[in-house]
Amino acid sequence: MSALIDAVSFPARAKRDQSGLNLKNGESPDFITCKACNRRALRTIWKDNYYVCPECGHYSSIGAIYRMSLIFDPGTFKELNKGMKAKDPMKFPEYEQKVAKQREKTGLEEAAVTAVGRIGGNKVVCVVLDSRFFMGSMSSTVGEKVTRAIEVATRKKLPLIIFSASGGARMQEGIFSLMQMAKTSAAIEEFNKSGGLYISYLTHPTTGGVTASFASLGDITLAEPGALVGFAGPRVIEQTIHKKLPAGFQRSEYLEAHGFVDKIVERKDMRETLIKLIELHKK
Amino acid sequence: MIKEILEEVEDLDTKIKTLERKAMKESSELTMAADTLEDSFDEINEEMETLDEYNSRLDRLKEMRRYALESAVHLAPDEKVFLARHMQRPHIDDFINGLFTDFFEQKGDHLYDEDLSIYGGIARFHGIPVTVLGHRKGHTMEDNMKYNFGMPCPEGYRKALRLMNAAEKFGRPIITFIDTPGAYPGLEAEEHGQGEAIAQNLAKMSQFHVPVIAVVTGEGSSGGALAIGVANRILMLENAVYSILSPEGFASILWKDAERHKEAAKLMKLTADDLYDAGVCDEVIGEPVGGAQRDYDEVMHNLDGVLYRHLKELMKLSPSGCKHDRQKKYRMIG
Repeated sequence: MSALIDAVSFPARAKRDQSGLNLKNGESPDFITCKACNRRALRTIWKDNYYVCPECGHYSSIGAIYRMSLIFDPGTFKELNKGMKAKDPMKFPEYEQKVAKQREKTGLEEAAVTAVGRIGGNKVVCVVLDSRFFMGSMSSTVGEKVTRAIEVATRKKLPLIIFSASGGARMQEGIFSLMQMAKTSAAIEEFNKSGGLYISYLTHPTTGGVTASFASLGDITLAEPGALVGFAGPRVIEQTIHKKLPAGFQRSEYLEAHGFVDKIVERKDMRETLIKLIELHKK
Repeated sequence: MIKEILEEVEDLDTKIKTLERKAMKESSELTMAADTLEDSFDEINEEMETLDEYNSRLDRLKEMRRYALESAVHLAPDEKVFLARHMQRPHIDDFINGLFTDFFEQKGDHLYDEDLSIYGGIARFHGIPVTVLGHRKGHTMEDNMKYNFGMPCPEGYRKALRLMNAAEKFGRPIITFIDTPGAYPGLEAEEHGQGEAIAQNLAKMSQFHVPVIAVVTGEGSSGGALAIGVANRILMLENAVYSILSPEGFASILWKDAERHKEAAKLMKLTADDLYDAGVCDEVIGEPVGGAQRDYDEVMHNLDGVLYRHLKELMKLSPSGCKHDRQKKYRMIG
């Protein structure tokens, strides 16, 4: 587990990568074992393959900063509201300690990273939700960072790209978490009216309140292969309908077949696809 | 526990009603006897004693009921959850009957289906044409099933949006009643875009230029509640609850144990008072002691006044002022 996390949290964790964490598992730091097929391959091969398993094609989760480094022109992106920390509006028992643990694990302050930068020379606003931080769940700070990023895009008339990945609401923030759905959706609608282009990029997993707000409101909706995307989780659905769900249910390919995704885009084509779409929308 | 208290109170209610009937009969017989001089003095005396006996028993029972209800004045969060879900609690159809006139129901999303778990249409409130809609649960198990326990599919949310879009077009204020365990977690619901439907409602409701008032009347759970709840004012009945999900769901996600729902209810800060303190709820509307199901007239009376006052205030705003007022409310949270 930690081997994978370290491998993908570039660049903030680059040092940690050699810190011996991998060795603790009795694993060589030079290899990564695929969570899906359990086969091992050289870390360098994984890296060249954008952390998609070279053996079975399984998409490993990647860190928000690393993803940004893959899409932005080198050295052009600047984080917005970088230091904004998680709040504890409900004074929920042990929440602060849990947040601290996530921070320690990922090197991030919150599950959302927002930035301005250039893609193929085009200035854009980009939001990435990091599934390693509290399952990318929507806290009030995540909602606030996302909203502020959308507002920057609206104000500066820049295209907006949001990579969603979320387990849903941040339980420990209760109703404040729920209300972020309304806040972010309202911001998207204002952005919409200003004529801006919003590309929603769904990654594994996108569920709950994020699916039921900004992730579903894109002008263009893209998805990574095999990503789980839905409102209710598959377990809850099975318990409700007392039936087994069909194979591939709620995966990107299923959503594409049912009319909710424009295109499934592989990680290696991510940057080129975004550039093409941004260029197509230039006025 | 409120459940036991209510059982006791209901038992007393029945006893009181029976005894009142008996006393009434006795008293009318007595009046008749006195009028016709049919009975002997002794007989009349005896009947009077019986009546006295009835009345003192009635007083005792009423005292017991008062005492029982006193313990229902301060309720724990999980007790409020129980009341919020009470099957006899007033629901959307009761509110429409009790508060509105000239109701004209509008059915269907006009795209694919008619979702019975959302009920609404055009009506007058204090003579003002409004669009009124909300989750529908029903008061019997049969109705519960028919209305899918108030859990809408995407078609329900799209129907709600259709009704609200019409309200925006014709400048009618929108009043919504929230009472749902959440959006329906079903296979078709997902295939038809549950997330997309809710998201659209959130986005579009944020843009309306007409006043929107949401009243949480029972349980307001998750995005399924919020999808008709992006409002200028959020009002809550005293025993209503509003949260990201049910206490059972919360407990099973957080502790993998749905049985710990009482504990969850306490932590979740989901009562009307909690939400008022959090600045989400704008006003709490009083209920009769023991819950809204005990006296519909009182609930309607209380709600009518508060609703009308908020509507009048909002109708003073300009269309764009009304939109900004709503957007500001949500922008400020978090």
